Amino acid sequence: MKCVFHGFMNNFLYDLCAKGPASNDGLHGVTVFVLACFIGYYLVWNVTPALHAPLISVTNAISSVIIVGAIFAAVQSFYAHARIFGFVAVALTAVNIFGGFTITHRMLSMFRRNK
Amino acid sequence: MIVNSLYLIAAICFIFSLRGLSKAESARKGNLYGIFGMATACVAAYFAASTTDFWFILAAIVVGGVIGVFIARVVSMTALPQMVAGFHSLVGLAAMLISFSACFAPELFRTSTSSGIKIMSLLEMGLGSTIGAITFLGSIVAFLKLQGIYNGNHVPLSLNALLASSICCLLLYFMLTESEEAFLLLAAVSLLFGATLIAPIGGADMPVVVSMLNSYSGWATSGIGFTINNDLLIITGALVGASGAILSYIMCKGMNRSLWNVLFTQGQLKSSDASTLGESRAFKGGAPEDAAFILKNANSVIVIPGYGMATSKAQYALKELGDLLKKDGISVKYAIHPVAGRMPGHMNVLLAEADVPYDDVFELEEINRDFASCDVVYIVGANDVVNPAAKNDPSCSIYGMPILEAEKAKIILFLKRSMGTGYAGIDNELFYAPNTMMLLGDAKKTTEDIIKAMRE
Repeated sequence: MKCVFHGFMNNFLYDLCAKGPASNDGLHGVTVFVLACFIGYYLVWNVTPALHAPLISVTNAISSVIIVGAIFAAVQSFYAHARIFGFVAVALTAVNIFGGFTITHRMLSMFRRNK
Repeated sequence: MIVNSLYLIAAICFIFSLRGLSKAESARKGNLYGIFGMATACVAAYFAASTTDFWFILAAIVVGGVIGVFIARVVSMTALPQMVAGFHSLVGLAAMLISFSACFAPELFRTSTSSGIKIMSLLEMGLGSTIGAITFLGSIVAFLKLQGIYNGNHVPLSLNALLASSICCLLLYFMLTESEEAFLLLAAVSLLFGATLIAPIGGADMPVVVSMLNSYSGWATSGIGFTINNDLLIITGALVGASGAILSYIMCKGMNRSLWNVLFTQGQLKSSDASTLGESRAFKGGAPEDAAFILKNANSVIVIPGYGMATSKAQYALKELGDLLKKDGISVKYAIHPVAGRMPGHMNVLLAEADVPYDDVFELEEINRDFASCDVVYIVGANDVVNPAAKNDPSCSIYGMPILEAEKAKIILFLKRSMGTGYAGIDNELFYAPNTMMLLGDAKKTTEDIIKAMRE
């Protein structure tokens, strides 16, 4: 166990201390993530409460951009099971994407002003 | 290079998509931006994967797409919350499947190095799968509850604490050993945690649950983005996660409760037979004809819809009544409490479905001062959101919750199925007020009877 832990710490430190122009020290993703959280925060406070339901359905649809990962998994040739997982994941996210945008459209086309 | 530019375009489209929803006029354009962004992302992923499996992917997309469009077209607007919960579960399941793929085929996402899979990647992979699993089973439980199939269970806080800590331990163990068994066990415990997290939460807290799961589906997407080192997924997941988190916050504020209180205080899990508190007290009942007379002689009417309107599908009758009143020159407005219904904005959609123009519909802050000058308040299937006890009685469980101040109106017409208490299980003084008329029965039928009486 001690040995395992030692290796763990070594790897962990190696990850954290990676240097050089080509290295990704793991903070790139975190940077992108945190900045995007701020954008999301300011965007969503502007959404009028009347449109909260369409907001939920449209965010549900766009969170299915996870289909990108599913496509990668579905077309790889390293591991047959992962291929099946990927295929199923693509189909599931497609349900979400098409369903989410359709229901949002249905909702939004019902909202109208006073004649 | 091209692929990354396409990812960037997709991310920008998603930002514009959320931006578009800030106003009803630009909302449809927002949806189109979303569709365009998604198409761009799919094309980019297809090129990035440099594959010849075009038909394989297309088949999956077509199968899913047909099912998705079908569901979205046939679902009724009353059932919107459960449909959304069902859709959230799919994101969670997909996240789980992708992280499984990443675990079994690490070559795929270039997560492997000479020293096995990098520790950071293991952490990201474990987190992606954990959040995905919680979203998946949590959403399934929420779906079952919203559909009325499952009523919820009491879950001791200690069990949730135990599950949460074992998730942390398993995650650490998985990072140390890279063991696939630990990974599977982690997923299993996370699934269980998702279920026990949502199971005890009561019906009227569902707006919080739906927006929270919305947020989780975003975090799951971000988690997978970290696992496969894809910025687009990280950005989109963060946008969705932030959106859901803000909605949860708004919903909690609408009830003057903290998220912790909503999630872990189970005293409010009500049983339907506990709702006989007020039946002995005298109240003034009325016939639809009386209500019709009162409405005809009013100058201004404010309608307060609640979940009861959704269950009895009374919105069409309500709209007809509103039109009838407007023809006589009576002003008709609709007042919506932030937590009315079973998901954020649910009432607005139902009213829009019945063709009520959105400039007649007002939020709590916009309309609360109008009640004092209003002749008749017409309450349809709402209860706790108009209970004056929230302002006057520090000992009651909803004390401090912002309410629609219906009690200030001259006459209150209260449409209700029975004299039962609301979700909070407390009596409503408004039922017994001298200027309140209770119209017991199905909201749709009562409203239709009133319309009939007005036409005669």
